[in-house]
Amino acid sequence: MVIAAFSASAIVLAGCAGGSGDDAGGEDGEITLTLATFNDFGYDDELLQEYMDENPNIKIVHNKAAITDDARTNFFAKLGKEGLADIEAVEVDWFAEAMQYSDLLAEVPDSAKGRWVEWKEAAATDADGRLVGFGTDIGPQAVCYRADLFAAAGLPSTPDEVASQIDGDWNTFFDLADQYKAATGKPMLDSANSAFQGIVNQIEFPYDEPDGTVVATDNPDLEAAYDLVVERGIPNSAYSGQWSDDWNASMANGEFAAMLCPPWMLGIISGNAPEVTGWEIANAFPNGGGNWGGSYLTVPANGKNVDEALKLADWLTAPEQQEKTFVNVGAYPSALDAQSAPSITDSTNEYFADAPTGTIFADRSEAITVTPYKSADYFKYNTALQDAITRVFDGVEDAQTSWDTYVAEVEAF
Amino acid sequence: MTTTATRTTASGPADRPDPQRQPRVLSFSHKLSRWDLKVSPYLYISPFFILFAIVGLFPIVYTAVISFQEWDLVRGSGTFVGLDQYIWILSQADFWTALRNTFSIFLLSSVPQLILALFIAAMLDKNIRSKTFWRMSVLLPYVMAPVAVALIFSNMFGDNHGLVNNILAGIGLEPIMWHKDPFWSHVAIATMVNFRWTGYNALILLAAMQAVPREYYEAATVDGAGAFRQFWNITLPSLKPTLIFVIITSTIGGLQIFDEPRMFDTFGRGGAANQWLTITLYLYNIGWGEFNFGRAAALAWILFIIILAIGLINLAITRALVRDEGGRGVIRRRRRRKGAQQ
Repeated sequence: MVIAAFSASAIVLAGCAGGSGDDAGGEDGEITLTLATFNDFGYDDELLQEYMDENPNIKIVHNKAAITDDARTNFFAKLGKEGLADIEAVEVDWFAEAMQYSDLLAEVPDSAKGRWVEWKEAAATDADGRLVGFGTDIGPQAVCYRADLFAAAGLPSTPDEVASQIDGDWNTFFDLADQYKAATGKPMLDSANSAFQGIVNQIEFPYDEPDGTVVATDNPDLEAAYDLVVERGIPNSAYSGQWSDDWNASMANGEFAAMLCPPWMLGIISGNAPEVTGWEIANAFPNGGGNWGGSYLTVPANGKNVDEALKLADWLTAPEQQEKTFVNVGAYPSALDAQSAPSITDSTNEYFADAPTGTIFADRSEAITVTPYKSADYFKYNTALQDAITRVFDGVEDAQTSWDTYVAEVEAF
Repeated sequence: MTTTATRTTASGPADRPDPQRQPRVLSFSHKLSRWDLKVSPYLYISPFFILFAIVGLFPIVYTAVISFQEWDLVRGSGTFVGLDQYIWILSQADFWTALRNTFSIFLLSSVPQLILALFIAAMLDKNIRSKTFWRMSVLLPYVMAPVAVALIFSNMFGDNHGLVNNILAGIGLEPIMWHKDPFWSHVAIATMVNFRWTGYNALILLAAMQAVPREYYEAATVDGAGAFRQFWNITLPSLKPTLIFVIITSTIGGLQIFDEPRMFDTFGRGGAANQWLTITLYLYNIGWGEFNFGRAAALAWILFIIILAIGLINLAITRALVRDEGGRGVIRRRRRRKGAQQ
């Protein structure tokens, strides 16, 4: 009986003790910094070792989440409580949600300000003027296309020729797609939703305005974007959305001949279609430029080693390190000095017929004139409207019904 | 040993009052053994209840509290809004679509699953060679991680390059749009569920079947009853309590279905037109997609109530459907026989 009582209370004690068993180093002046990222930021062991060699009292532990959704869930579940890493990576898609809690994030030191492209820095500055995110990469878009399929369709196929065909507005782009379809009977573009994403990223206030006015249902620009994609994008697209198994498989089998291409997409194409030789990059984008993707590093203000974490985040996003991550994983730098560094401007990509990716993306980055305002609700609205496009694509609803469904959904939020 | 001693005294001739025993002072060890008898069973089972209170009961109650609030997860605070969250959920078209989908997937999985499990169990109950091998084999799908199952199946049910559609195209049929038509998406998801759970249920039913005395079958054979008649009149009635258990567990599981629909496409949100949005998936989307935990908590409670209601209805229907005479008869007769032997 005594044993029973003892074991019962032991289990209870163990149950209680579970939650409070974390402390991060701190003895002998050695500090352990945790760094949490997702996908692949290009922060390999070599790079982190370099920092540890320079700062012998620092030990870095790097945790990688497989996908950004996992990181997002983890971030918001622990923000404001305990348990986040000293440095947390935040993706631009949910960065606006994180900005709601900018007071819980440590401020970027003044010495680092002005390092990044202007709009990248502006998006990480809150209403009180506090800059709380260290920009990592950005995603200026170009157009990737299959030169062999273009040639077979009787269209001009060198990067310069294709670029001049694309240079114009979205209608020019879809005209080219119509020509391709007329010649081959196949769609030119991979996905209708990525075209939509490209257009939305060129609207300054797609869904709501900084003062809280919601325009998601009556923004004429947005409705025009929807109409354009439904009318001209859907017939010219192989899929409604990206990232499905079918879509991944399709890059190798020539189901379509062009994709909108931020720098990080290059790795996805070459990874999915390692045997295909026809992929090339055109230095152009419909309607100028647009940004798709890119992340920030943030430092939760209630961490144990905020000062040291700020120093590390500062170092990781400094131009020199951004050059290295570009070499590692092709993450195009958001730091101005890195963009003009020779290691980047001179870089080429063997898979894409030795395309001068450094110059192409520098041009594309410069062509970005509009940065859409993304509020905390951006993700919700955008997902709902993408679903609307998918419904039309699938033939589940017609264009008008689907828009009405979207409007009803937005009103329910 | 002390226990036995205590017991003998306690179960002694108690009707006769014993004046000598009344003032007797119990020694410490006697007291201890009395306590042992009374208290230790509770102590032995207490870890479960204490753990349940911490990891089960508390979250349930806390969810109820949150469901009446506009809750901010990050700041851990909320404002009381009464029944607003419940009203919001019930007024959503998405909720009713999710409810329809959940029931559709539940029926498409549970019904074929149980029939198939019964059939497999009946076959395994026969005299076949290498019994253990076959019995273990039916459990294999259950051991596989649901996410792995979903990955394999979503490959099979691809719209353009899926195995099933390739086969259909091969024999000259129209491909099925698994990710567009609600019904077919439910069929695909139910297939995953069935794959995983049929063997598990079959083994439970098999265990119950083996408890049916063999003499009944022998007697029935002598009386000239065929295999089907024997199954219908002997096996099925004897399985009643087990069937009720299996049906109720698969109902609860079916109404909470999440892994399979979430893994059915890349986005995991239940389809652009909510074709395969289930209640738990909707709950997840509201909670972890929109970070609206007040609404998510309210939906969790609505789901809890639905499951409770369906469970009760289920119990009533199963009781009425599975015929009674055989089952009770078996038990009563067995008891009688036992009594005769004593």
